[in-house]
Amino acid sequence: MRALVLGAKSAIAQAIVERLDGYDFALAARDSEELAPFAADLRLKRSCAVELIEFDALDTDALERFPHKVHDQCGPFDLVVLVFGYLGDQRAAERDTTAMARSLNVNFTGAAIALSHLANYLEESGKAGGIIGICSVAGDRGRQSNYLYGAAKGGLAIFLQGLRNRLASTPVHVLTVKPGFVDTPMTQDLDGLFLVASPAKVADDIVRAYKKKKDVLYTPFFWRWIMLIIKLVPERVFKKLKL
Amino acid sequence: MAKKTTTSGWGLYPRVDASVRRAHYRRDLRTDDETSVLPQGSCRSYGDACLHDHVVSTLPLKHLLDFDPEQGLLRAEAGVTIEDLIRFAVPRGFFPPVTPGTKFPTLGGCIAADVHGKNHHADGSIAGFVEDLEMVLADGSQVHCSRHRLPDLFWATLGGMGLTGFVYAATLRLKKISSAYIQQRSIKTANFAETCRIFAETQQQCTYSVAWIDSLKKGRQLGRGLILLGEHAPADQIKKKELFPLHAGSRLDVPFFFPDFALNTWSMRAFNTLYYHHQWSHSSTTTIHYNPYFYPLDMVHRWNRIYGRKGFLQYQVVVPFADGEEIMADVLGRIVHRGIPSLLTVLKTLGPANEGLLSFPIAGYTLALDIPFRNTDIMPFLRELNKSIVDAKGRVYLAKDAILEKEDFAAMYPKLEEFKRVKRLYDPEHRFRSRQSDRLGIT
Ligand SMILES: Cc1cc2nc3c(=O)[nH]c(=O)nc-3n(C[C@H](O)[C@H](O)[C@H](O)COP(=O)(O)OP(=O)(O)OC[C@H]3O[C@@H](n4cnc5c(N)ncnc54)[C@H](O)[C@@H]3O)c2cc1C
Ligand SMILES: NC(=O)c1ccc[n+]([C@@H]2O[C@H](COP(=O)([O-])OP(=O)(O)OC[C@H]3O[C@@H](n4cnc5c(N)ncnc54)[C@H](OP(=O)(O)O)[C@@H]3O)[C@@H](O)[C@H]2O)c1
Repeated sequence: MRALVLGAKSAIAQAIVERLDGYDFALAARDSEELAPFAADLRLKRSCAVELIEFDALDTDALERFPHKVHDQCGPFDLVVLVFGYLGDQRAAERDTTAMARSLNVNFTGAAIALSHLANYLEESGKAGGIIGICSVAGDRGRQSNYLYGAAKGGLAIFLQGLRNRLASTPVHVLTVKPGFVDTPMTQDLDGLFLVASPAKVADDIVRAYKKKKDVLYTPFFWRWIMLIIKLVPERVFKKLKL
Repeated sequence: MAKKTTTSGWGLYPRVDASVRRAHYRRDLRTDDETSVLPQGSCRSYGDACLHDHVVSTLPLKHLLDFDPEQGLLRAEAGVTIEDLIRFAVPRGFFPPVTPGTKFPTLGGCIAADVHGKNHHADGSIAGFVEDLEMVLADGSQVHCSRHRLPDLFWATLGGMGLTGFVYAATLRLKKISSAYIQQRSIKTANFAETCRIFAETQQQCTYSVAWIDSLKKGRQLGRGLILLGEHAPADQIKKKELFPLHAGSRLDVPFFFPDFALNTWSMRAFNTLYYHHQWSHSSTTTIHYNPYFYPLDMVHRWNRIYGRKGFLQYQVVVPFADGEEIMADVLGRIVHRGIPSLLTVLKTLGPANEGLLSFPIAGYTLALDIPFRNTDIMPFLRELNKSIVDAKGRVYLAKDAILEKEDFAAMYPKLEEFKRVKRLYDPEHRFRSRQSDRLGIT
């Protein structure tokens, strides 16, 4: 079994890798060479095979060939863990086309195109496997503080839902993950966070949910209820809230 | 601007509001984001050695990079803790060659303090086992240093308290062991003189030794205690299923700060008396796991809160063997006389010094005890003690210090000028500094 991890430099990605027992890994990221220490550590402690491979979600043209590149360079794989994401600065992006495009293209367009081709690869291989896609609770309802990111992540969640439906009759399982706040470089300089979870906690939940073949995971679990309440607030009221 | 967090060493004094930047990759070890920085590990130094307005935490740099089982050489990033190291090494039949009395410090922190363990008299400090350092300097350059390559940088960094640059990774020579167990012999002593005599008698033959001192006994019983000697147990002595079992996590916690009255002379007396009389016979031998032997304090998570909110100082000094016995007895006597409630008071002999410019160990007796900050008049008392240590050609351990004065520091560390010269060479603008280095006039 080999897992392909997209965005392997993220703290959440690394915590997931540490918990996926029995797998070999293809770790994909930009400047993947920087993952050499992480890969060395894995090889020493777990005696598993670990390969590094360049991947940029914004390089749309390369995404179609990407599954075969991984297959050739790292070997066949049966699990795809999509972790990369880009938060950006909502206020700044409202007036800046490049920043706007970046958020949409990384979180949605790049993710969706990459996953489409990877899903084809997994389906064609005919083996049991899966796709884990990290979305966000921010994608459950648009809020002024992060609706660009939220829209893209929400779009990704719908994409994964469709993919799950398409692959339901195959041995490829699709898990959608919606984390709340997690203590990672993405949130290091943000104020006003609450109920912040550790990458370790989130990764525990993700790996357990994948093994149990869950479809949608909120992590930590209470975000399911928090988001339920938030979604129930009537739009009339919601639009006036400073969220 | 990064957020500010309240930071402190293990003694919880002083506290500094600092911006903490976490280093995930080697490229994050840079000095150009802030005017000056300090590398920070697990904050297991007690005072202000690990404190500064801007710190770069090396904790995410926790990867093992290479291991050669033939030579026992392990190359690892600086944020790897002694515990991480043990988890990897013990099942493979190796152990850290030198370990402090807790397994939570990082490799980087242990190098910066040039730590000593219970085997210092036999094996020296950690410097002797560091084969290579990979550093990132003030100007951003990456260099290797060792006893042979840039030895000036090497000997300024071992014991240099983070002031020469970031240690990114180190190659450490591990010790081969044949089980995870220690054969411990404990000897009860009646007073200070006997404690010193037994140290002298046992030095040659034992790898590990340390004395726990009953810090409330005065007069003729001053310095009574238990000397704990240890050897790695050979495999054929172990009657257990597994030869190399790892330790479990700690279950006990101190979830809140103890109020000041909780630790008074009476509760301390009860504790010390129980501990001393726990062993009936004059001498006894047992085989115990490495965890209770090396890391008894780790059993209680956040035990530093028992001294209360104001925090405490760990006072650790060393004085040369010549007159060392009288001077230590005098220092201990003055501390005991004040009724200072130190839960743990430890005496040990140290072997010869190395070439480390600010390394603490010199051949002699070292005494370490906890001094809670309750009332302010403790400062003049400690400064008086420091004068006596200066007179005795002894020194205070920087990894534990929070109050030493510039002049006393300069008198205690004769290679200070040489250290400053090397620091000017590699860090002319003082990009690396700490509360301690500012206080001591190094930066
Ligand atoms: C219960 C207890 C028992 C102890 N027993 C002993 C003992 O027996 N012997 C002994 O010698 N010490 C002992 N110590 C002290 C401890 O080992 C040292 O203070 C050690 O430096 C702590 O490491 P740390 O990772 O917590 O570093 P920190 O406390 O965070 O930092 C200590 C120093 O290391 C520097 N530093 C940290 N990482 C790096 C890096 N990557 N590059 C450059 N500089 C760096 C910092 O700038 C700072 O000056 C003990 C401490 C405790 C709490
Ligand atoms: N942290 C939270 O509170 C939180 C909450 C909900 C959801 N999430 C989601 O969880 C996932 C993991 O994030 P994290 O918190 O671990 O943050 P992180 O450490 O910032 O990880 C994000 C990763 O995405 C990568 N990335 C960005 N743009 C990319 C691109 N164009 N191509 C390839 N990779 C790219 C980054 O790689 P580089 O290192 O090369 O920049 C980085 O490793 C993300 O999808 C995030 O949206 C996080």
